[in-house]
Amino acid sequence: MTSGLSATSTLTPLVIGDLLGALDSIGVPVTQLLQMADSIAFIILAAIGLTVIFGMMGVINLAHGEFIMMGAYITTLSVNVAGLPLPAAMVLGALGTAAFGAVIERTIVRRLYGRLLDSMIVTFGLGLIMTQGARIIFGNSLQSIGTPFGNVPGYTYSGYRVLLLLAAVAVLVGVYLVFTRTEFGIRARATIQDPETARTMGVDTDRMYTVTFAIGSGLAGLTGALYAPSATIVPSMGQAFLVESFVTVVTGGSTVLLGTTLAGGVLGTINAIFSNLYGNFVGQIALLLTAIIVIRLLPDGLTGLANTVRDKLGERQ
Amino acid sequence: MMDVSLPSRLEGIADKLNGPNTLGNSPAFWAAFAAGMVLMLAYPLVQGSYAAGQFSLFLVYGLLALSLSLIWGYTGILSFGQVAFFGVAGYTYAIVSLNLGGAFGQTVALPIAVAVATVSAFVLGYFMFYGGVRDVYVAILTLVVTLVLETFMAQTAGAEWAIGSVQLGGFNGIPGIQNFALGVGGASISLSGSGFYWFVLAVLLLTYLGARMLVNGKYGYALVAIREDEERTAMLGYNVKKVKLAVFTLSGALAGFSGVLYATWGNYMDPSVFTITFATIPIVWVTLGGRESLLGAIFGTIIIERLRLWFSVNASEFAIVFVGVILMTSVLLLPRGILPGIRDIYVFVDEHGVGEGIDRGRETVQARVRTLLDSVGVDVSETKTPTGSEEVTE
Repeated sequence: MTSGLSATSTLTPLVIGDLLGALDSIGVPVTQLLQMADSIAFIILAAIGLTVIFGMMGVINLAHGEFIMMGAYITTLSVNVAGLPLPAAMVLGALGTAAFGAVIERTIVRRLYGRLLDSMIVTFGLGLIMTQGARIIFGNSLQSIGTPFGNVPGYTYSGYRVLLLLAAVAVLVGVYLVFTRTEFGIRARATIQDPETARTMGVDTDRMYTVTFAIGSGLAGLTGALYAPSATIVPSMGQAFLVESFVTVVTGGSTVLLGTTLAGGVLGTINAIFSNLYGNFVGQIALLLTAIIVIRLLPDGLTGLANTVRDKLGERQ
Repeated sequence: MMDVSLPSRLEGIADKLNGPNTLGNSPAFWAAFAAGMVLMLAYPLVQGSYAAGQFSLFLVYGLLALSLSLIWGYTGILSFGQVAFFGVAGYTYAIVSLNLGGAFGQTVALPIAVAVATVSAFVLGYFMFYGGVRDVYVAILTLVVTLVLETFMAQTAGAEWAIGSVQLGGFNGIPGIQNFALGVGGASISLSGSGFYWFVLAVLLLTYLGARMLVNGKYGYALVAIREDEERTAMLGYNVKKVKLAVFTLSGALAGFSGVLYATWGNYMDPSVFTITFATIPIVWVTLGGRESLLGAIFGTIIIERLRLWFSVNASEFAIVFVGVILMTSVLLLPRGILPGIRDIYVFVDEHGVGEGIDRGRETVQARVRTLLDSVGVDVSETKTPTGSEEVTE
């Protein structure tokens, strides 16, 4: 996924610049759209790892922010210390975090299935250890790697951030394909729906949980890797993603992709509007209020609403 | 409700204090409890006023832990938001008392601050429980509210962020809050050092006894029923939403009172009370001490805070690592907490004698270690079903 991203990247700024110029000339509010895209991408990427683990396994990983931090750290260190090219470093960041996630699932999370609140608390403890561990080992901050590509021509807007939206879409499509079109995806969903039956059918359910958790962790790591060039690399950087990711899970409801996409779209738009008008804090408040209102009106989140609409339209029973 | 200690009613009160929802009910427990209280009362006389002042912070936190034990341990609702009500009350107290000034201002500020925390808890609780928000979603929403409050308070550094004559002060917070005081003008008392310690101890004792009466009363049965099975409780005719909202509001009020005491203890309020680290700490106290035990929550608080104090003096950068490790190991190895564990040992030894107790203890330890090794080792698993891997508890 990331290697494909790097292949297109040499062309992208120029093409996008032309495209945006053309749109602007016919009266489309390009600057506002860019900011909205930025917000939507941020929310989708912030939440995706969390929603995969929650939607598929029912476990809330409160160390999610720290997994993102880990991806960013591995990426930054690979570039700064090992001198790897950025795309390779990003892949390493995602894979490294996935491997770490697999180990954590095997040693800790596995023992807490069926004890939902306990698994939250344990991952919370893990998050504290990871943040402070990173601080003890690497100090208060890492030297950040520069943002590639410069600005979109004609706008004071980083071309890299446009790519992040593309990456967000690619991640959603990728997750969709993995869980619906592959052998693994079918086995994993069978495990989630009915572990007993899945086991009788010969599915190694233990392995499915481990791999699903690793995928979720890897996606969090990828998010960290993608934001590594444009973020300040500090041990507590994961917390910047927390509010958005949790609000998305709450608003989206239990269906992973549909929920994340819908919630990302709605929340991203709201956040962009309010952040532009009144600053970051009001943007966050708006997110929180939206989440509370959505839950008040739709107990199953936006997914529930989408399902109701679909039922009414009679496309399925 | 505790002032009715007339001899004729003593028996009735004792009945109300004891019940199946608290761990210690025997005369032996109450004797030990009384002895413990005497030691606690004597602490300032032995250690001096300064040490007592330090220790009173732990007792203030104990009140916060009690509030979490009620909502989480007894009702099964994990709230990361207790520190939010704690902080809101602390800030309100600071703003009102500094604006009005003097002992009278502080006397007025106390009920206002607790009321603001209570109303906040009520409003948040109403939206959550009547909106059908449950389980992890409650935990997430309360956490998000707390984090958003941190963002808000941290950006109030500018001069425009002032209420009356009090600057909110952003990261620096509000300094200059006076020591706890009650009364008007000359007829007022200000508490610090030993005086504050005894006052907080009394507050904590009364709250503890009140909470015992609550959980062993009819209402407490409803709380525990909701924790065990919400649907069934609703079927039995309880208004589950109302009960949850009531206990959430009550625990918000307790947390708020604790926040006021905290503000007067440290003489300042800053946004650190809304950080994710501080939001976790009450959960650590209650998890370690025993979440389904009121006394356990207080014990856990004192143990953890003593250790944290030690770490912050000797190895400050490892303090948070330590908190994380304690949290993880206590959930994994002691899921019910220290105090219930001690109670189990006491009961077992009482019934079966010491020799058998030691044997049993060795077996339990071996079993625990074996499970731990299994999970770390390379897949020694027989058939581990993730959905049913409850710890073996007896």
